[in-house]
Amino acid sequence: MGTRTGMEVSAAISEAVKLARAEIIAAYPITPQTHIVEELARMVADGELYAEFIMVESEHSAMSACVGAAAVGARSFTATAAQGLALMHEMLYIASGLRLPIVMVVVNRAMSAPISIWGDHSDIMAERDSGWIQLFAETGQEAFDLTIQAFKIAEDQRVSLPVVVNIDGFTLSHVIEPLVVESQEDVDKFLPPFKPVIQLDPDKPITIGAVGFPELYTEIKKQQNVALVESYKVIIEVWKQFREQFGREYHPIETYRSEDAEILIHIAGSTAGTARVAVDMLREKGEKVGLIRTRLWRPYPFGDIRKTVAKAKAIAAVDRCLSFGGPGGPMCSELKAALYNLDQRPFIAGFIAGLGGRDIMIEDFFTIVEETKRLLEEGQEDEYRMIGVRE
Amino acid sequence: MPEEKQNPDFIPRLISPREFFAEGNRGCQGCGEALAIRQFLKAAGPDTIVCSATGCVEIISSPYPETAWRIPWIHVAFENAAAVASGVEAGIKILKKHGRYHDRKINVIALAGDGGTADIGIQAFSGALERRHNFTYICTDNEAYMNTGIQRSSATPYGASTTTSPAGKESIGQTTPKKDMPMIAAAHDIPYVATCCPSYPMDLLAKAARAFNTEGPAYLHVLSPCPTGWRHESHLTIEIGRLAVETGVFPLYEIIDGKLKMSVVMKKRKPVSEYIKHQGRFRHLRPDEIEEIQKNVDEKYERLLHRAELDQSLEN
Repeated sequence: MGTRTGMEVSAAISEAVKLARAEIIAAYPITPQTHIVEELARMVADGELYAEFIMVESEHSAMSACVGAAAVGARSFTATAAQGLALMHEMLYIASGLRLPIVMVVVNRAMSAPISIWGDHSDIMAERDSGWIQLFAETGQEAFDLTIQAFKIAEDQRVSLPVVVNIDGFTLSHVIEPLVVESQEDVDKFLPPFKPVIQLDPDKPITIGAVGFPELYTEIKKQQNVALVESYKVIIEVWKQFREQFGREYHPIETYRSEDAEILIHIAGSTAGTARVAVDMLREKGEKVGLIRTRLWRPYPFGDIRKTVAKAKAIAAVDRCLSFGGPGGPMCSELKAALYNLDQRPFIAGFIAGLGGRDIMIEDFFTIVEETKRLLEEGQEDEYRMIGVRE
Repeated sequence: MPEEKQNPDFIPRLISPREFFAEGNRGCQGCGEALAIRQFLKAAGPDTIVCSATGCVEIISSPYPETAWRIPWIHVAFENAAAVASGVEAGIKILKKHGRYHDRKINVIALAGDGGTADIGIQAFSGALERRHNFTYICTDNEAYMNTGIQRSSATPYGASTTTSPAGKESIGQTTPKKDMPMIAAAHDIPYVATCCPSYPMDLLAKAARAFNTEGPAYLHVLSPCPTGWRHESHLTIEIGRLAVETGVFPLYEIIDGKLKMSVVMKKRKPVSEYIKHQGRFRHLRPDEIEEIQKNVDEKYERLLHRAELDQSLEN
């Protein structure tokens, strides 16, 4: 049985890593990830978690050490943010290319310059194509649950890919939330010990990380993509098992009052909480507004998105990241790409908000919905707007 | 074995006949690195995991689907052999505690060239030594980025011409002295540091064995002549390695628990010109420039001898 308690979300993630019986933690401190690794270091020091904690000299080495540890068959975890994630960039592609089931929590933070320790999604969006399974949490409970699920998804032998769980810096990582912490016994039932597909073992010597010549590189990359796309089925399976065992339900796309909605707000991460309040307030005024939230970002749930938005007139796609000189927010672009070939598709208005820790307020969502209605009437497409900019 | 009893001093019988680095790898003719790997793996034996940096070794040994490695081997990136080895070592340690790995001694080796050690990999290198992982870091030093086409590194010696430190009207070639990696390793107060060269196989094997048996981090710096990059004839690899030692350009020593001991003291050193005359990378040097190099080698060698004397006197 789980215990309902109040807990800082970072501590809840550390608790999940402990319950998952992670064997290697390799991490380098960076705000706002620090509370996660501090708590894990304490757990190891106090003998609550029997893991090797490698306090590496950089994030690049954190991911490198996770790669080495996963290659010998140890369950490996790291956490980082922003500049740290960017420093890992090279290693992210190698971790997924070598098919190593590492789990990482990214405490989303804005990219420098100007240097900012506060939250937005520009760090993870730069790693969009790195071949990792990518999830976004909205709440502390979800962050806890996704972290445990991430190990099961990653280590499934049909998948064998690394997984990143995104949580918003400060607005999620540093708040205390009520949540259920599951028991070790139950988590053990859900998550069996790690059985690697490939392993560095002197009794069965293998070569990992060989040179791929042009005759084979494309085929290897296709295999990797097939594995990532097909991980969708396993993710759904894991969520089904999770619901059966723990009672909490997970879907690639979460919806709120979306069934009859004419305008759907789309967002990822903790801002969905504010959006939900805005939806309720607009509904009271008789506006047919709903919310969709992307939880599964890679593999991208094309089918779920198409089904969810089929009846809407317009989508207000809100990104906490700006693709400079491009079509606006990366999530908005993906929505457009997913819907473009449909005969009937909703109008999509793109919005950029919440950069570098700027709060997205309930009123901002009112503005977003108003703007979307206006643009829909005027039929203006292919534009995006930045919300709350002081001119 | 009975043969050994009959003739215990017959050198080939003292070395394991097993090859863990396969013949037929794609190394250049006369590759000093390939020879060094072949030798230290004989000292390591089958219970060994090698974590390689990107570079010549990775290219010549792992053209998928071929591999030259008869032991488990992983290549990840250029700058992180030491960090990958950290993960491998710590991973094995915790898996052993949990009863999920062989309960026998496994040698963990990080293997990188001079660029992967002295330049791009020095951060991960320093971090892994400082954290006291139980592993051996082996730098096969061929004194430039040979894999990418002989570009200078910080381990390229003064006066050597490379493709990015070319000798020309306005330049002697490499204008800076070689970075002293063994001493940088030793500055981490690790229990074992040694220099060696495949031209002296018994010395290399003995030092490798000592490194593998060290509790904690050990560092081997292996001078690896490179016919392609040094522009010498491929049959001269062994000869040139010997000349590097005999001239004092590359002294052989060990630093055990902080105390330096010369493996061999060259009382009458050959002139440095003997070493450099075979190598096209030094072809442009004038006699006065060679004299300058000679002076630097002498100074450094004498300083090393003094340090060895001091350390041994402290020992007594």
